[in-house]
Amino acid sequence: MLTCKDFLKELSDYLDEALDPAIRGKLEEHIAECPNCWVITDTTRKTVQIYKGMDPYPIPPDVEARLMAALEKKMAAKQK
Amino acid sequence: MPVSSLTATDEALLVAQAREGDAKAFSELVRRYEGKIFRLAQHVTQNREDAEDVLQETFMKAYEHLDQFQGNSKFYTWIVRIAVNQALMKLRRRKTDKSVSLDETIDTGEDTVVREIAAWDEDPEARYSREELGQILGSAIESLEPPYRSVFVLRDIDELSTEETADALGLSVPAVKSRLLRARLQLRDKLTRYFKRKGDDAFAYL
Ligand SMILES: [Zn+2]
Repeated sequence: MLTCKDFLKELSDYLDEALDPAIRGKLEEHIAECPNCWVITDTTRKTVQIYKGMDPYPIPPDVEARLMAALEKKMAAKQK
Repeated sequence: MPVSSLTATDEALLVAQAREGDAKAFSELVRRYEGKIFRLAQHVTQNREDAEDVLQETFMKAYEHLDQFQGNSKFYTWIVRIAVNQALMKLRRRKTDKSVSLDETIDTGEDTVVREIAAWDEDPEARYSREELGQILGSAIESLEPPYRSVFVLRDIDELSTEETADALGLSVPAVKSRLLRARLQLRDKLTRYFKRKGDDAFAYL
């Protein structure tokens, strides 16, 4: 019988679907019988999903302008 | 712009042209990744001014050392490695009393602590405005220790593979995996405070 601790160790790989079917099956059996691990799995999955769905913020125009200016200067110096 | 739509050869060509001294090709590479590098730098340094320095230093160094890029990893992974090193140097300079390193030993086994166990709303984000949500997510990431933060940002926000993250951070695959697990569990714990179903008390945990 898998303990909650054993389960938690595999949680990341479980969520990433990076486990072979035999281990996966054991974890699924555990979740079916352990409400705590079910909640942890569900909320950790949601955590990852929320961050994946975060808006990619565009680079601020002033930051980009300074970066490009610095690089142009450097590239011009190298070409001489 | 969606990086997924770019073919590998497309990028290899740009790198080759940049190496030959084609400034336009290098600028194109910069434009592809500047947003991601800036975001990564902000997450790691937690400071906008430092992040901007890191951004500039990263592409300066990449330009200087372009001939050292082997082409057996992705260009992005290569510049991420430069950016992470620059960002950690900033952190070290800031916290002179405390050394910050990606290699610091972190015990992994015993303390995959889970403090709060409570079911969340079906649609937990719906309770907050976009700004509030951004604040909540940002401060949760900020509370992670730098080694966890970098792994989480690369794996779950930038969506690099485990192998690419290991490569970019100079870590082993098992180290990336254990840090990712810790990061995810810590974030889950913090977010539970905001997202748990109202009136639902924590189950007793063994
Ligand atoms: Zn359990």
